Amino acid sequence: MTALVELRGLRVVRDRRQVLEIEHLAVEPGQVLAIVGPNGAGKSSLLLVLARLLKPERGEIFFSGRPADQLSDLDYRRRIGLVLQEPLLLDTSVFENVATGLRFRHLPRAEITRRVETWLERLGIASLRLRSAARLSGGEAQRVSLARAFALQPELLLLDEPFSSLDSPTRSRLLDDLHALLAETSTTTILITHDLKEAARLAGWVAVLLGGRVRQAGLPEQVFSTPVDDEVAAFLGN
Amino acid sequence: MFFNNPDVWEVTLLSLKVSGLATAISLLIGLPVGTGLALGRYPGRNFLLSVVNTGMALPPVVVGLAVAMVLWRSGPLGDLNLIYTPSAIVIAQTIIAAPVVTGLTSASLQQLDPRLRLQLYGLGASRVQMIVNLWRQARLPLLAALMAGFGSVISEVGASMMVGGNILHQTRVLTTSIVLQTDMGNFRSAIALAILLLLITFLINSALTWIQQRGVKR
Repeated sequence: MTALVELRGLRVVRDRRQVLEIEHLAVEPGQVLAIVGPNGAGKSSLLLVLARLLKPERGEIFFSGRPADQLSDLDYRRRIGLVLQEPLLLDTSVFENVATGLRFRHLPRAEITRRVETWLERLGIASLRLRSAARLSGGEAQRVSLARAFALQPELLLLDEPFSSLDSPTRSRLLDDLHALLAETSTTTILITHDLKEAARLAGWVAVLLGGRVRQAGLPEQVFSTPVDDEVAAFLGN
Repeated sequence: MFFNNPDVWEVTLLSLKVSGLATAISLLIGLPVGTGLALGRYPGRNFLLSVVNTGMALPPVVVGLAVAMVLWRSGPLGDLNLIYTPSAIVIAQTIIAAPVVTGLTSASLQQLDPRLRLQLYGLGASRVQMIVNLWRQARLPLLAALMAGFGSVISEVGASMMVGGNILHQTRVLTTSIVLQTDMGNFRSAIALAILLLLITFLINSALTWIQQRGVKR
């Protein structure tokens, strides 16, 4: 099967310091890949590269088997969805926040309304549709952020530690809901996290990133039970 | 009666036209330039920001002197015959207001979370869509920039006097009229004109404040 996204020989330098060197990493269509690693491992840089918001010094990204640079940055970004650690909602209503990306794509009004209503319902926030985004709790705001990304029907969903700023009960509920949505929609997803429980709950494949390099990749239970070396074991807490 | 005098209304209307046009042109210049200064990272950016910030405190008489020298009949643009015309006042007032609008636009956008740009791009925004959305997010301070720009020119007298000449039925505006009436010892007329100027400024700023405060979170 052709990978939806494939990185080959990637090297990323930020502020004259190498932050990533990845020989090969691939995500199959419908797969949820969790990139786990401690702070400073290069996870967020990897996400920015995958979103074409940071240019690698060298290396190639393939999207659906073709070099991603055959697409313009805009065309590429309109095929992905991005959820950051902070929801970063716009100062407008919940409905308008979810509609924003659809308006960027100039979709017909009826289609925008249909998709927004659908995803507000599926994320359990339909009753908040007219509320100002500034008045939402952290959990509600992150649900809006997820609805905003899912409404775009992205080919690739990029999640950057979307639960890290939430309290434990809120995180747990949202994790369950996201797990169900990913299973239902089969959306190809790359989840960046330092939380191994999140990775185990959501992902079918895990890659451990340490010092900017993928040190181990495999099924979650395999990676967590048989780390390849002491450093990976230390990170995994074995 | 003072307010039955058609000259008063002519002067008032010219003040509004000249300062309104100068503010509008300043907005057309200040919004894109301020945005470029806020979002761009290039050599010389800090120097340009310093120039704009210095321009925010430009004394109107200095601007008046510079514009008068350029538009003077023997000056580089003397052939355009703009000196002592409303156009000359618009030019001078634009030079006064543009740095104010530019500097405050730049400061407004720099206050936004820089990750918001990444999020907008991540939602599929083009560069123009990203910038328009940043303007929307900064609409309260941007309206304040507009008010500050208008306030800086409707109230100035030095530049208008120097490049306009305070000619009745041609270039006399409210501020230069107040100076003239004071020079002539007509304090009652000067005070009436001053109250009229304050009232107009208050009404326009009230309208802009109303628009601005509609968007305030409560």
